[in-house]
Amino acid sequence: MLLIRCPYCEEERPELEFRNAGEAHIARSTNMAGESDDDFEKFFFIRSNPKGVIYERWRHMHGCARFFNAVRDTVTDKFIMTYKAGEPKPSKLPKNSNEVVAK
Amino acid sequence: MKKYSVFAIAREAMRGHKGWEEQWSSPEPKKEYDVIIVGAGGHGLATAYYLATVHGITNVAVLEKGWLGGGNTGRNTTIIRSNYLYDESAGIYDHALKLWDGLSQELNYNVMYSARGVMMLAHNVHDIQVLKRHVHANRLNGIDNEWLTPEQAKEFCPPLNISKQARYPVVGAALQRRGGTARHDAVAWGYARGASARGVHIIQNCEVTGVKRAPNGAVTGVDTTRGFIGAKKVGVVAAGHSSVIMNMAGVRMPLESYPLQALVSEPVKPVVPCVIMSNTVHAYISQSDKGELVIGAGTDQYVSYSQTGGLHILQHTLDAICEMFPIFTRMKMLRSWGGIVDVTPDRSPILAKTPVPGLYVNCGWGTGGFKATPGSGHVFAHTIAKDDPHPINAPFTIERFRTGRLIDEAAAAAVAH
Repeated sequence: MLLIRCPYCEEERPELEFRNAGEAHIARSTNMAGESDDDFEKFFFIRSNPKGVIYERWRHMHGCARFFNAVRDTVTDKFIMTYKAGEPKPSKLPKNSNEVVAK
Repeated sequence: MKKYSVFAIAREAMRGHKGWEEQWSSPEPKKEYDVIIVGAGGHGLATAYYLATVHGITNVAVLEKGWLGGGNTGRNTTIIRSNYLYDESAGIYDHALKLWDGLSQELNYNVMYSARGVMMLAHNVHDIQVLKRHVHANRLNGIDNEWLTPEQAKEFCPPLNISKQARYPVVGAALQRRGGTARHDAVAWGYARGASARGVHIIQNCEVTGVKRAPNGAVTGVDTTRGFIGAKKVGVVAAGHSSVIMNMAGVRMPLESYPLQALVSEPVKPVVPCVIMSNTVHAYISQSDKGELVIGAGTDQYVSYSQTGGLHILQHTLDAICEMFPIFTRMKMLRSWGGIVDVTPDRSPILAKTPVPGLYVNCGWGTGGFKATPGSGHVFAHTIAKDDPHPINAPFTIERFRTGRLIDEAAAAAVAH
């Protein structure tokens, strides 16, 4: 089971309290009816599914119930960092991921 | 290839079993092949086998980054059935089921296909409606599936508790008698042996690290950990890693990869005579010929390539098994493991040509690909050989996610898929 740090509760909590909510930073069109089939497919179905660093959304279902974003390595399942919803995608990732999680 | 038979066993017994040959050879990779298959699991090896036997294309290499059959082929719960709701799914899964019958003779290799029956339990009114709908849809498609009363279900599967006092009472069941199990490793080994005997090169410990394309976009070959290997046609059959390989060719896929776990108990005497599935309690169970109870768990909720999963997923599954079969509460579990499954948004596979000329993909089997192995290989070989899909796999395109023509088995309530 994963230990996940909720950036709102500022606490590490077991995975059972959380629900994964898929890839992060996929912007929903403000004009959905005007989307082309190609763009809608990219938005709705196509996923990066990386082997390595993934940016994903989580929801602290059985805690504060808020959505937030996380950066995780999909090979080791280790979290690199978590950050609040609405914050920009981090351009630089911390080198020593354990330190950040334990902070 | 020397034929396996009772005479071969007798002959080898006479001479100390010194005459058995290797089941498949391990050649050095050539510079170029007609077709490269990426991934030596059941589906990839079956594709190579049918390319050789049906289409006469034997200048084929099957590249495998690990060992043959070491991915999801060796990690599934070996269940075979074709009672899917939609016509397209019924078509491809029943095509496979027809090939399972007689596969041991075809391959001269005992894949231990056992049509012991797959029984899906109903516990409430909704289950009855859904399962009866499946029964009727299947019968319209010529697939055997029948409705059983609780008493009939108990007669077919004696350990079943049909007491009305049970926490999840059995109020009926759908039974596909042709469904059952097979020995998963033997399927990979049998296809490998058959393909190798016809000249197919099976190259293990050879990871694909890139897909090379000509200026016009067509595939020219693949970079591997053992150097560049050329081919005008490349078939990607890489299960959980399919999107990784497709990305190398510049094609983004509607796939996400999740860990899926399974576990087996200590071996016991025969107690479960068929495959039992319950979508409502979310458990399924069968018994291997060795006597182990084979139990499939659910997927983890996050994308991962770790080939492990959370312990709480297994605990949840065992909770469900104990609810359904209180007699198993004292059983000891022996082993558990995980595999990485590639899941499409509609939970149906993709077997198709791609936007890249010469590149073909067979992926997205999600949590239930083993049962389709022979059929999948058969129609995918056709797709590669003719550069045109077989009528059976024609609906399973990548483009369906743009056109909206989904094959939505995800919504067909096949929880244990």
